[in-house]
Amino acid sequence: MQKYSVFSLIKNAFKGHKDWEVAWKDPTPKAEYDVVIIGGGGHGLATAYYLAKVHNVTNVAIIEKGWIGGGNVGRNTTIVRSNYMHDENGLFSEFGMDLWRSMSQELNFNVMFSPRGIINLAHSDAQMNVYSRRGNSMKLNGIDAVLLGREEVRKLIPMADFSDNVRFPIFGGLMQPSAGTARHDGVAWGYARQADSMGVDIIQHCEVTGFDVDNGKIKGIQTTRGNIKAKKVGLCVAGSTNILAEMLNMRLPVETHLLQACVSEPIKPILDHVVTFGAGHFYVSQSDKGEMVMGGDLDGYNSYAQRGNLPTLQHVLTEGIAMLPFLSKLKMLRTWGGIMDMSMDGSPIIDKTHIEGLYLNCGWCYGGFKATPASGWTFAHTIAKDRPHKLNEGYSLNRFSTGHLIDEKGLGTKTWIS
Amino acid sequence: MLHIKCPHCGLRSQNEFSYGGDATVKRPELNKEVSDQDWDNFVYLRKSPRGKHLELWQHISGCRQWLKVERDTLTHEIFKTLKANEEI
Repeated sequence: MQKYSVFSLIKNAFKGHKDWEVAWKDPTPKAEYDVVIIGGGGHGLATAYYLAKVHNVTNVAIIEKGWIGGGNVGRNTTIVRSNYMHDENGLFSEFGMDLWRSMSQELNFNVMFSPRGIINLAHSDAQMNVYSRRGNSMKLNGIDAVLLGREEVRKLIPMADFSDNVRFPIFGGLMQPSAGTARHDGVAWGYARQADSMGVDIIQHCEVTGFDVDNGKIKGIQTTRGNIKAKKVGLCVAGSTNILAEMLNMRLPVETHLLQACVSEPIKPILDHVVTFGAGHFYVSQSDKGEMVMGGDLDGYNSYAQRGNLPTLQHVLTEGIAMLPFLSKLKMLRTWGGIMDMSMDGSPIIDKTHIEGLYLNCGWCYGGFKATPASGWTFAHTIAKDRPHKLNEGYSLNRFSTGHLIDEKGLGTKTWIS
Repeated sequence: MLHIKCPHCGLRSQNEFSYGGDATVKRPELNKEVSDQDWDNFVYLRKSPRGKHLELWQHISGCRQWLKVERDTLTHEIFKTLKANEEI
């Protein structure tokens, strides 16, 4: 594989950029693979990469019905963080933070990881207490957390609404300084390029239409480009999980919901951090191009539409304007939607299933993008060793029947309620 | 914007309603032995189909009645609206 560097850039510039190798090939599916990963998003691509890199399993195919990176990995608001209270989420995400920090070097692809810090604003004394507790839990798990008072927040986000006459005054906030953003497309492309170079077949425009299961064991998959035999199959399809589960006669603790995001017109640098509104659900950061990248609540009803409705967008942006009044002066550049696999406790599932050789990775709710490296790493381990890693033991499929829920937000089963 | 035809009030816009989830889920009968599997099915497990979905909505900013809506989860087209105690 051609190495990307400033030297290769100069060399190719002299040749008119005509000699660049393709970043990944476009192979026709083979008849059989050791492992087939369904879903060419961030998690699927990362899984294939770590299967090859860490476990030396290279006879692997990624099956993608559209094009790689066309789903949620290209639709999220690019936030990377590990500010969780529960051990399962905190340790898993913090392991991911280490992978994020070295990702550009490891993948030889600039994923533009920008650890600019995330600030969750608090708007009451009670919320400050909750944040203080979460911050302490984070510190116990080795995650950086700083509790900020009102004046400290004012120094960091001076353009927030600190006037006296507001419905939700800013009392302070919880900051994770090591959190930040990354270029989401770059993450997908970086993993794809490296996985391809180690022998993984990335098969795009190939939709799964069925599964071959014999005697409780997976034998292969049926696709629009023919049948493919496989010793092991991993599902990594986020919002399409329920569609595949139906083909397998499985019912899952997951519902598919619609989440919107939007960007404003680009403006000069004004917001240095990722900031979230604590009296509702709104998050914002400024991209390198200067756009304000914003998101918030789900539309709130089951949907596979990948495009949203205006009432939710209006609701979300109302919260944004309450927090950062200058946002009302900006023109909207673009809005879009993606479909989320909302699990019944708000935490993901990375586990084996009752079918031998079939593995499940789903339930990422709002937080799939930042989990990309840790999800790929642990899912690759689960597939290669046929058992979960310690980091994803808690993300079991049967925790809903046994009562070991990881209800980070305390929302109960209706995680779509906003 | 979804437009939902409330059986009591007529056609109203989406922001008058709140969503109540899958309407086909049935709570296990009271005062009877319930298996763990039945309880799982009721509390956690969902089909979440792509296509026709029968779901509960409440006309929270209107007549406050619960209703059933048959809606396509891919196109958002609404086929039928019923009172909560009516069967499709």
